[in-house]
Amino acid sequence: MNLIGEKISYKPDEQFHLNDVSFNFKKGNLYTILGRTLSGKTTLLKTIAGLLNPDQGSISFEEKDFIKIPVWERNVAMVYQQFINYPHLNVYENITFPLEQRKLSPEQIKKDVDEALKTVGLVGFENRKIQELSGGQQQRVALARSLAKKAKILLLDEPLVNLDYKLREQLREEFKRIFSEGLSQDTILIYSTTDPQEVMELNGEVIVLDEGKVLQKGPAKEIFENPSNLKVAEISNDPPMNVLKGSKNSKNLNFENISLEIPNHFKNLEDRDYNFGIRASEIKLDENGEEFEIELAEISGSETLLHLKRGNSKIIALIEEVMNFKIHEKVKINFNANKFYAFGEDEKLVSSPYGGTNG
Amino acid sequence: MSKLYTFLKYFFITFWTVFVVAPFLWAVSTSFKDFQSVNSKVTYIPWLDFEPTLEGWRVLIKSPAKGGVDIVEPYFNSIFVTCTASLISIVLGTLAAYALSRFTFKAGFVRNNDITFFFISQRIMPPIVLSIPFFIFLSTIGLLDSLLGLVVVYIVLLMPIAVWIMVDFFNRVPKELDETALIDGCNPYQAFYKVVLPNSIPGLIVAGMFCIIFGWIDFFFAFILTFTEVQLLPVKVVALNSSITPWWSLSASALVSVAPLIIVAFIVERYLSKGNLSGALK
Repeated sequence: MNLIGEKISYKPDEQFHLNDVSFNFKKGNLYTILGRTLSGKTTLLKTIAGLLNPDQGSISFEEKDFIKIPVWERNVAMVYQQFINYPHLNVYENITFPLEQRKLSPEQIKKDVDEALKTVGLVGFENRKIQELSGGQQQRVALARSLAKKAKILLLDEPLVNLDYKLREQLREEFKRIFSEGLSQDTILIYSTTDPQEVMELNGEVIVLDEGKVLQKGPAKEIFENPSNLKVAEISNDPPMNVLKGSKNSKNLNFENISLEIPNHFKNLEDRDYNFGIRASEIKLDENGEEFEIELAEISGSETLLHLKRGNSKIIALIEEVMNFKIHEKVKINFNANKFYAFGEDEKLVSSPYGGTNG
Repeated sequence: MSKLYTFLKYFFITFWTVFVVAPFLWAVSTSFKDFQSVNSKVTYIPWLDFEPTLEGWRVLIKSPAKGGVDIVEPYFNSIFVTCTASLISIVLGTLAAYALSRFTFKAGFVRNNDITFFFISQRIMPPIVLSIPFFIFLSTIGLLDSLLGLVVVYIVLLMPIAVWIMVDFFNRVPKELDETALIDGCNPYQAFYKVVLPNSIPGLIVAGMFCIIFGWIDFFFAFILTFTEVQLLPVKVVALNSSITPWWSLSASALVSVAPLIIVAFIVERYLSKGNLSGALK
């Protein structure tokens, strides 16, 4: 009864858009696809919807070969990152469109639409034109249309990416509520995003996609705590996880002429070269710390992002207050060694502060 | 500054309006004059300067046997040819444009853009280049000097305009709109006429307007491809200008021949002022 994809590849030109992707999506669950732009997220969703046919591989749903079913008979719903609604119809007609297409009874349509409007908080907007609505409201209409269909597969392709910061926060909160209340246990929800924070908040099963390839699958917490390789560590953190080339010997961790005491979780590690990973938030300003040069300081909200440099290493530190720095100024920082990750030279995870290893 | 600007603005608008409208007024006034008032001296104001007469208008509907020029039949011929050719061009052109905008064609080195350019190239050529092939073609299939032949030729002339405008229009309609329609249960044909077409009305109006204008004003092909059986309005109007020009009926026939375009312009202008032509889709 699941939505199962096996070894799906799609290569319309020189590059793979999807490369040997497999998945097994169960009903009633939320799946998030995390990846940078052009990593194949939209392609994967369009393939599930039926808008694209893969070159290789199979998709089955409820034991039927999904690829043989045309888009308009698949009963999926999709929300795009652009706010796509029918401009010639008003809000109410937009939501009834797919229901009328399926020839439901007028009573049923009215009931479903009213319910969907209530869920997305657009009661009273029925007769508005689409062009009169704000971006956030337009996206709500698109979501309402998808919910009213009661499709068994609901695809959301970066639904928040084109909204401004404030609205995104607000709608993200509402999405969590809608996903927990407004969906039946029959629905498979697939949500794609570039934003690791969204993934953590939605807290579903995660698929990390890069250049069309699945890098890691697992619960959000697992991806965050034990990224299986450097790439995942970069994609699943914002700002991306810092990477420092260095080595471990019997006494210390060494990188860029800095020596740190060996943290507990590294005690059993072999003595050799590693790529050390540390999150931007685990770097603190400290009078007694190591000296780095500021390349750029950005203030974002109530935080300051410091782009730092020492030797060949460039790192980003996240300071949780607004501070003014001059470029090329020297600052002293301290690393929280207990939060260090170790990746091998093949970029695979060797040791994480949360205990995970990669074999 | 702003006063000077306002003054200059109204000055130039007034100047331009006079420039454009004066010939029309002159034609209107001339159409009510008789031989005497045109040829003796310059006259302007009816009843004061000259005695208005409806003779110039009357000859337009009189049969040649009674000394008239009878533009009624050419008038309806022109309406029939223009409307039929425009309608067929819009229908076929819109379908072709949608296909060119949404699907990828490959045939040897030919791609979508090449096909679109092929359509437009029909209009880049000077019409004189096409005249001989058209003449031979129509005479071979026996459609020379017939309404049907003219419709066929006008479709060739008008469809590139429809394709060109509609390709550009469809390219600006996001592809995701069609995809959403497919996801919402439309098959590709339903997606086209239930979603894409209703959102393309502004483009269809512009394309239709251009087809009607270019079809209506064509003199060249109407002149070359017809002789006695069928005559179109532009040819008939120009033919009035012979050894002794009847300026009054020439003016009257010129006025009735621009009338349909003025009506079309007013209809389109209503859409323009409603803002329906731009920003229907963003």
